[in-house]
Amino acid sequence: MFWRETYIVFRRQLRLALRNPAWVIIGLVQPILYLCLFGPLLEPLASTLGAENAYTLFVPGLLVQLGLFGALFAGFGLIAEWRSGVIEAERVTPASRTALLLGRILRDVLQLFVQGVVLIGLAFLFGLTGSILGMLFGLLLTVLLGAACAAASNALALTTKSEDVMAPVINSIALPVLLLSGILLPMTIGPQWLQVVSDFMPTKYIVNAIRELFVGNVFTITTMWGVIWTVVLFAAGLYVGTRTFRKENA
Amino acid sequence: MSVAVPSVTDTSKGDQVITARGLARTFEGRGRGKQKEEVRAVAGVDIDVAEGEIVGFLGPNGAGKTTTLRMLTTLLKPTAGSATVAGYDVATQSQQVRRSIGYVSQSGSTSPEARAGEEIMDHGMLYGISQKQAESRGRELFEQLDLDGLWERQPRAMSGGQRRRLDIAMGLVHDPTLVFLDEPTTGLDPQARANLWTHIADLRTKRGATIFLTTHYLDEADALCDRILVIDHGSIVASDTPDALKKQVAGDLVSLVVADPARAVEAAELLGRIADTEVEVGPSHDGFTGVSTRVRGAGHEVAGLIRGLDAAGIALESIEVRRPTLDDVFLDLTGRSLREDA
Repeated sequence: MFWRETYIVFRRQLRLALRNPAWVIIGLVQPILYLCLFGPLLEPLASTLGAENAYTLFVPGLLVQLGLFGALFAGFGLIAEWRSGVIEAERVTPASRTALLLGRILRDVLQLFVQGVVLIGLAFLFGLTGSILGMLFGLLLTVLLGAACAAASNALALTTKSEDVMAPVINSIALPVLLLSGILLPMTIGPQWLQVVSDFMPTKYIVNAIRELFVGNVFTITTMWGVIWTVVLFAAGLYVGTRTFRKENA
Repeated sequence: MSVAVPSVTDTSKGDQVITARGLARTFEGRGRGKQKEEVRAVAGVDIDVAEGEIVGFLGPNGAGKTTTLRMLTTLLKPTAGSATVAGYDVATQSQQVRRSIGYVSQSGSTSPEARAGEEIMDHGMLYGISQKQAESRGRELFEQLDLDGLWERQPRAMSGGQRRRLDIAMGLVHDPTLVFLDEPTTGLDPQARANLWTHIADLRTKRGATIFLTTHYLDEADALCDRILVIDHGSIVASDTPDALKKQVAGDLVSLVVADPARAVEAAELLGRIADTEVEVGPSHDGFTGVSTRVRGAGHEVAGLIRGLDAAGIALESIEVRRPTLDDVFLDLTGRSLREDA
């Protein structure tokens, strides 16, 4: 019953997303632009940054960026749905509240997965080499991180019910996270104080772990920390999301 | 202000499908400054609705109509009191309540970009009915609600009236016997409203459904409802049939427009002999003098009045006898006109 309801919500969301593919296309074009326009700048720097291949350094960062940004903005669609009465109409059915949330998150997760596959595939053309299995594992971490962000974003949307409140909140979260996670350049090249600050950023560990995975280092401490943080964030995001969806007066 | 609330709980029609006792909801608002402010949206209402009734919930905006409706439909938890809807407790058996009721909210129920048919099918499936069943139910409802040929249409390309009918179809897809409608005709043009009224009345005559609707239109409550609950400031101030409510107002309104202002006082005196309330004299809109009062059984009394006026040689520009409206009732009950708030 729960999975059927989740599937009904997911199918509806996917159908609507595919019918208006502008956002899907924008989501795909962005990483491609980074790859084409920023990747070549990194290539000559790769050795100074301690990497044999610039793209094993760069692509994991882009993956996490996709997971963070794409999913954090997922809530905006929910506000539009709330405004047109869809959320209320769904909440008056006996369907599980968790299913209403999960169906939506699955759409975001699927989109993220497709974007990730396109990104990695394209990166091979640019000269990415590394462990295929590690890359798949890295993609899995990305998808879990994205699910957490999508759940949190949906919860925020349902609480604020206003794009005007949500946009500044998300931007003020996303930008420091982006800068302090070493997404574009590894934090190790920065000064000591910046590294200390970035130590408090869970996403830094996830980026580092995916970089390790891309070169095939599965059983390392770095990877372990990344996995732990991903699981923690995933659980926290789902918890906050379902709680908000269950709350009777949301 | 204390108002006697006549209780007309008509149990002869069948079982009670809605019973609410002391149902209340307070919201925690933040006032200016730091102290928290409790806003009492609904201050403990008792509601009884029998099977097969059409009951109107009438009140100005902000009176607590939607809040009460959201509590009865399990969308909002009451802060006090209890309610049984379709035989189930709204607080502890919300799943069963949801299965038994249809709810048509004010804000719509479909995405503007979706296709109408897909929306109704998905909605039906969330109630647990199969895709095939949802489709046949949906198509049947489209036919009944004059939405033929709009199955593939996007809600954003529909007229206001069509969208409202689509919302009603969405609320009926699982065949509920109790239907809640929140301000069903707000924002519709008069023609679409009249059309929707027929469809709402059909819900009972053709499907045997019990209907609970909120409105701030008096004519709507008058046209559709067997019984009206008047709510103001979160409390029910009256509950009766439209006719009985209108009878509470002291008589019909008789308004005279006197051609010669100098004779107005004499006219007022003559009118005063049959009046049940104080006679009001004031300038009418076109420069003449208006004289008006309420008269019980004006039909009988007016003939004598006209003879008297004629004998005294007082010429009239016009005479009007108006039956009391629910607007008068509302004014009577609350001291305010419903339209001031609406």
